[in-house]
Amino acid sequence: MTQTVLTVDDSRTMRDMLRVTLEDSGYRVIQAADGLLGLEALKGEKPDVIVTDINMPNMDGFGFIEAVRRDSRLAGVPILVLTTESDAALKNRARAAGATGWITKPFEQTRLVDVVRRVAA
Amino acid sequence: MSNDVLAQLRQTFFEECDEQLAELETGLLQMQDGATDSETVNAVFRAVHSVKGGAGAFKLTTLVSFAHVFETALDEIRSDRLEAGPALMKAMLRASDVLADLVSAARNGDDVDEALWRGLADEIAGFCGKEKAPSPAAPVSASDPAPAAFAPQPMAFTPQPMAFTPQPMAFTPQPMAAPPAFTPQPMALPSLAPAPAAEDAKAGGALRILFRPRVELYEKANDAVVLLRELERLGAMTVTCDLSEAPLLDALDPHGAYLGFDIHIVTDRDEQAAREVFEFCEEDCDLVTRRGAAPAAESAAPAAHAAAAPDPAAILNALRPAPKDAPADPSAAAPAADPPAADKTAAKPADPARAAEEAAAQRAAATAAPATIRVDLDRVDRLINLVGELVINQAMLAQAVQGADGARDPAVSGGLDELDQLTREIQESVMAIRAQPLKPLFQRMSRIVREVADATGKKVRLVTEGEWTEVDKTVVERLADPLTHMIRNAIDHGLESPADRLAAGKPEEGVVRLSAAHRSGRVVIQISDDGAGVNRDKVRAIAIGKGLVAADAQLTESEIDNLIFLPGFSTTEKISAISGRGVGMDVVKRSIHALSGRIFLKSKRGHGSEFTLSLPLTLAVLDGMVVTVDGQTLVAPLSAIVETMSLDAGRLRAFGASNAVIADRDGFVPIIDTAAELGFRPHRRVVGGDKGVALLVESEGGGRSALVVDAIQDQRQVVIKSLETNYGRVPGVAAATILGDGRVALILDVDALVARARGAASEPLLAAAG
Repeated sequence: MTQTVLTVDDSRTMRDMLRVTLEDSGYRVIQAADGLLGLEALKGEKPDVIVTDINMPNMDGFGFIEAVRRDSRLAGVPILVLTTESDAALKNRARAAGATGWITKPFEQTRLVDVVRRVAA
Repeated sequence: MSNDVLAQLRQTFFEECDEQLAELETGLLQMQDGATDSETVNAVFRAVHSVKGGAGAFKLTTLVSFAHVFETALDEIRSDRLEAGPALMKAMLRASDVLADLVSAARNGDDVDEALWRGLADEIAGFCGKEKAPSPAAPVSASDPAPAAFAPQPMAFTPQPMAFTPQPMAFTPQPMAAPPAFTPQPMALPSLAPAPAAEDAKAGGALRILFRPRVELYEKANDAVVLLRELERLGAMTVTCDLSEAPLLDALDPHGAYLGFDIHIVTDRDEQAAREVFEFCEEDCDLVTRRGAAPAAESAAPAAHAAAAPDPAAILNALRPAPKDAPADPSAAAPAADPPAADKTAAKPADPARAAEEAAAQRAAATAAPATIRVDLDRVDRLINLVGELVINQAMLAQAVQGADGARDPAVSGGLDELDQLTREIQESVMAIRAQPLKPLFQRMSRIVREVADATGKKVRLVTEGEWTEVDKTVVERLADPLTHMIRNAIDHGLESPADRLAAGKPEEGVVRLSAAHRSGRVVIQISDDGAGVNRDKVRAIAIGKGLVAADAQLTESEIDNLIFLPGFSTTEKISAISGRGVGMDVVKRSIHALSGRIFLKSKRGHGSEFTLSLPLTLAVLDGMVVTVDGQTLVAPLSAIVETMSLDAGRLRAFGASNAVIADRDGFVPIIDTAAELGFRPHRRVVGGDKGVALLVESEGGGRSALVVDAIQDQRQVVIKSLETNYGRVPGVAAATILGDGRVALILDVDALVARARGAASEPLLAAAG
């Protein structure tokens, strides 16, 4: 069955890249440009995996992850954060907020797909 | 990913860069003006961060390196570890300029001289308490990104394996002995049926993994069953589940973690491969991995291989802990139906939180920027063209009906009126699609101001007004050069040095004001400075020195001011490095004219100068005067016409054999026989006393001429049709339009016509076409 991935990133370039990469690998992709819009997108959806950026306007990645984890309907959805290698502190904060795993930017397409597959139930 | 897709992504990236750079500059300017709120600083940080992120994806190393230094400093400011003082802000603004340069170099694939950014990067790194910016980027590979090389704390990205080394004994106290309530559940995969030990030997080895998830693992939506699935990819796997910690159902917390797993994988992969599976959760579980142990020797395992082999899927299902949902799991079934108290209390605070989120989301939706779509410009232009056809068609229809009896039918005339109204509205709406705010253009000017201020040592503040005024995209684009030049001039020539300003009793900092507004269907842009104003004696002396005006010419103040627009007034050596490009105000004037615009200068000695540009909102329609010339209908752009006058015999003077001049308020103006210039008539006719009208036009260089036409028919908006694309370039004709009766009318290129006539050309312009 086709799995759905929600990607949350304020950069259009990054959103396009995620969409192209994941769609090429057979995922259905829904997208949002910040944390609040991400929560909005989750109202009618329960994706198999969420991929989110950290630095975003309105609601950042930490706030978004915490909000998803507080929602009992969505608490079990794996969330991957997009970080850069130098963001060790961010990675730990994201984990504390409830992130399942992380993808280091810039990501290699095979790596992204592999990580998404790895955490998807 | 195909090259097409990559190219598309690249284009998106550069488009986004432009937006981010604009954001960046806006934010930095706000910070410079004292905005310290986190929203502003965060937006600035995100802008640089996004540029860096995308640049990394496209392996644009220089861009990544510079953005990283910039981003690091912004992060320091964001975290209150660094104060955004004036010196730092100045460096930041220069950094945003350099970043823009690097982006455009990357876009064009140009090589960048390291000198362009290295010094500034070091300077900014210096603000962050570092001597030097890190050394140039090693080539970025996607898996090992350059940013890492620039991490402020190099030790931050050492690999993490040390986190779990001390763990082994955490697991040993739990030998796989099960409590009496549960029979041990040894499980083996059917594929292992031939003696596993033998298989091990064949495959070259095995991995033994002891894995006990903690609650945190499940809380982060990692899942033991998913991890086991991944492990199974390494080779044939045997799993023994340790239920010894599992309480009886009534004591079982559905969110708890009770299971341990003893995993045996036949594989020649090393421990690292297994560790990688646990990459995201090794801190949330007890984990021991061992390589190559023969399973038979392991105390806990032997039973596993001896036992009957259930279906692997069944094993995985049996193992599925699914702490949050999945009532099928026996361990979760009972509590799921009636959540324990702990769950209820947890749910309570969650509800208001959720309500707050929803409210916030609604607020965001309400205040969110209006939804936009991106449309190919070609499509818009096609639509504009079609609407132009519609306007023409509507006019033709109206004209046809007027001639017929139908005009007397109120239903017909009413319908026509409505059609007219609708067509006009459609036209305006379509034009609005191409309209863009001047803001990006104005933002570019703030960079120019900084650069010129730095180069001249003057202190300048740019004040912008009306940057949301919208103008046709093409007009916006073609305004960039003239505007840049005028801003440079305003600072370089207009503003005095700080010392002179103080001496004149003015504040040290000069003000350049850039404003835009819509005024009666046109957009008016003003560039003013509070500098010394035009030095008329000097201007006059230069003009006389260059032979542009006679030494004894009687000139009004305004005429002297406008001498600066004359071709040949400014010279490259005078414009120097700052005003650059060797462009004079005559070129500015010509570019404005090319946009059907006009430019004026007002100046007051000691108080400054003000340039006023008046431009059409769009290049698709034109306000024109419809005239008759030798039986032909032509359109003269209204923007070029200063006034119209009758050809009174008393005002005409012959001038040479075939020329004449007409008296205007200030003197005599050469007469141009339009029909003859266009080749409708073989010879110039000396006008005098006969019927006809003179259109007094102001052309390039500020000179006035009188275009003689037979009659003025009308003044109206016409839809511009390019003659070049539909027919070919014709000197003296700017474009064409289609009139209500369906006939094509040529739109005059007044400048070319005047230049032609003045250049004593003998060949009529339209000789071939006439």
